[in-house]
Amino acid sequence: MSKVLMKGNEAFAEAAIRAGCKCYFGYPITPQNEIPEYMSHELPKAGGAFLQAESELAAVNAAYGAAASGGRVFISTSSPGLALMQEGLGFICSAEVPVVVLNVSRGGPGVGGIQPGQADYIQVTRGGYNGDAKIPVLAPAGIQECVDLIYEAFDIADKYRNPVLIFADGMMGQMMEPVELPAPRGITPPEKINETKPWAITGTNQHPGRNVVFSLRLEPDVLEAHVEHLFEKYARAEKELVRYKTMNLDDAEIVFVAFGTMSRLCAEAIELLDAQGIKAGLIRPISLWPFPDAAFDEIGAKTKIVISTELSMGQMLTDVKAAVAGRWPVGLIHRTGGIVPSSLEIVERAKKLLEEVK
Amino acid sequence: MNDFLDQMRFGPRKIAVTGHFGSGKTEFSVSLAFALAAQGGTERLALCDLDIENPYFRSRERQDALRASGVQVYSDPSDGRNGSELQTVSAKVRAPLEDPGCRVILDCGGDGSGAMLLRQFAKYFRPGDHRLLCVVNCNRPGTDTPEKAAAHLRAIEDASGLAVTGLVSNAHLVRFTTADTVREGWDFTRAVEALTAVPALAALCPEHLLPELDGCGFPIFPIGMYMRDTYLDKSV
Repeated sequence: MSKVLMKGNEAFAEAAIRAGCKCYFGYPITPQNEIPEYMSHELPKAGGAFLQAESELAAVNAAYGAAASGGRVFISTSSPGLALMQEGLGFICSAEVPVVVLNVSRGGPGVGGIQPGQADYIQVTRGGYNGDAKIPVLAPAGIQECVDLIYEAFDIADKYRNPVLIFADGMMGQMMEPVELPAPRGITPPEKINETKPWAITGTNQHPGRNVVFSLRLEPDVLEAHVEHLFEKYARAEKELVRYKTMNLDDAEIVFVAFGTMSRLCAEAIELLDAQGIKAGLIRPISLWPFPDAAFDEIGAKTKIVISTELSMGQMLTDVKAAVAGRWPVGLIHRTGGIVPSSLEIVERAKKLLEEVK
Repeated sequence: MNDFLDQMRFGPRKIAVTGHFGSGKTEFSVSLAFALAAQGGTERLALCDLDIENPYFRSRERQDALRASGVQVYSDPSDGRNGSELQTVSAKVRAPLEDPGCRVILDCGGDGSGAMLLRQFAKYFRPGDHRLLCVVNCNRPGTDTPEKAAAHLRAIEDASGLAVTGLVSNAHLVRFTTADTVREGWDFTRAVEALTAVPALAALCPEHLLPELDGCGFPIFPIGMYMRDTYLDKSV
C-alpha cells in the first residue's frame, strides 16, 4: 500500500475508523482538535456515529455507555481534558468495558499551554481514578507507530475488557509524516456483537436472560472478589503487554531512557555524541504501564549513567530508578512548559552528567 | 537566476500564499522569504504569518532567523511569543501592506477557513497589484485528485474573495520525497491548471534533489526544511 502524507491527528482518527470504531465522542481541546473535526466528517461515512459531547465528562461517560453495548469506542483529548475524564475511566475499568483513549498531551499543570508536554506520565500510568484499577498505556514515537498502536489497541481493549490509553504528545499530533494506513476492518454489525462479546448489552437477541454492566458493588466481599479478578487481568497484562525498543546498549557509556518525541531527540543526540567519541544508547519504553523493567537488564558493562530524558519535571524518574535498582547512577534531563529542547542541549547536559559520575 | 524567483522578486509586491491544510504553505513562504532576502536590493521585505488555524509549525517560529536575514515578521499581538492558536492578528500587519517600498509575503492558514482572513485586508488587494498563490500537494488525501484540488482552490477563492493567480506544486513526502515525487506533482499541478485555467508557476523541490532534476523541463524552486527539525525524521 502506498504512503499518504497526513497530519498526526488526522492519521490517528483514520486509524481508529479503520480499526472498526463504531462511536467517537469528542470535545475540542488543542492540540488534538483535528481528531474530532476529522471524525465528524469521516466516521459517519464509515457507518459510525460521531457525537460532540458538551464536556470531557460527558464524552467519557458516553463512551462507557456505548462500549457497554459492545461496539468499538474511541475517545481523544489532551492533558487537562484527560484529567476531567479520570473518574469515568475508573468506572469503565470497574465495569470492564473496552474503550480506546488517546491523549495528545500538552504542558501543564492546569490549563497550562498548548505546546507539547509529557507531564501526564503520572496521570496516565497511575491514573486519577479512584480505587484499584490499571490502564495499559502505550507511547508511540511517531505517527506511523501511533497509527499501528491505535489499530491494535482496540484488540487489546477487547481482550482485557479494559480501557487502553495511547499517550502521544502534541508534536506527534501536529506534525506531518507519510503513513501507510492499515486495512479497514469494518464495524461489527449489532447482531454479531455477542459472538465475541457475550457480556455486551445488545438486547435479548431472542435469548432469555439479560446482561448487566455496572460498577456498583455494595457488599465488601463481592467488591474485593471483583478487584481480585481485575488484578488477575492486570497481572496477565504485565506479562503480555511489555514493549520497548533499544539502541546501542552494548557499548553505551550513557543510556538515555525516553519515550515519544523525546526519544527521537535522543536518537539525534546519540549521533552527535558519537561524533564526539562518546557512545550513548537508548531505552525507549513503548508500554509505560507495564513499564519495561526487563529492558534495563540489557544494559552493557560499559555504562556509567542512565539518564531519564523527559518533557516534564521528571515524572518517569521513579520508574527508571526502580528498574535500574541501584545498578547505575540515574540522571535527569528535562524541559517543561511546552519547550522541546534541541538535541544539542541534550548532548551538553548529558556530557555534564557523565562527567559528574566519572 | 531562477525564473520563478524573478517573478516573485519583480512582480506584484504583495504575495499571498494559500492552499489546502498541510500542503506546505509555511515551508514555501519561509523558503521564499529567505530566497528573496538573499537577493539583496533596496526593497524592504516582510513576512506576515496569518495562520490562525495551526497551533504548531507556524512561520513565526522562525522569526529570529528571518529577522536576522532582514525579513520583518508580523504575526500575533504578542509578537509570536504566545504559543496558542488564538484567532488574533497583530494590527501591525497593515504596515507592510501599506508600505509601497516593501515586498510582503502573507502566509495564510489552511483551506478556505484560513484564506478567509484575507477578506479583512480586502482594501489592500486590487486587480494586478498582488499575487494569490495556491500551494498544491497531490500527496495529501484531501487534494489527491485534480478535481479535489480544483474544488479546494475554488473554496479558497470564495472564502478570500480573491482570484488565485498561480499554482505552486509541492508534492512531497517529507524524507521519502524523490525526484519522481516532484515530477508527478508537476504533472498533477498541470492537470489542475487545465481544470481551473490558473497557471502552474513552479514545482517546489528539496535542495538535495536539484541535481537529479536538472533539465527536467519545468520551472523548479528549491525549498529548505526550515520548519522541520531534523530530529523529527530520526528513526527510533
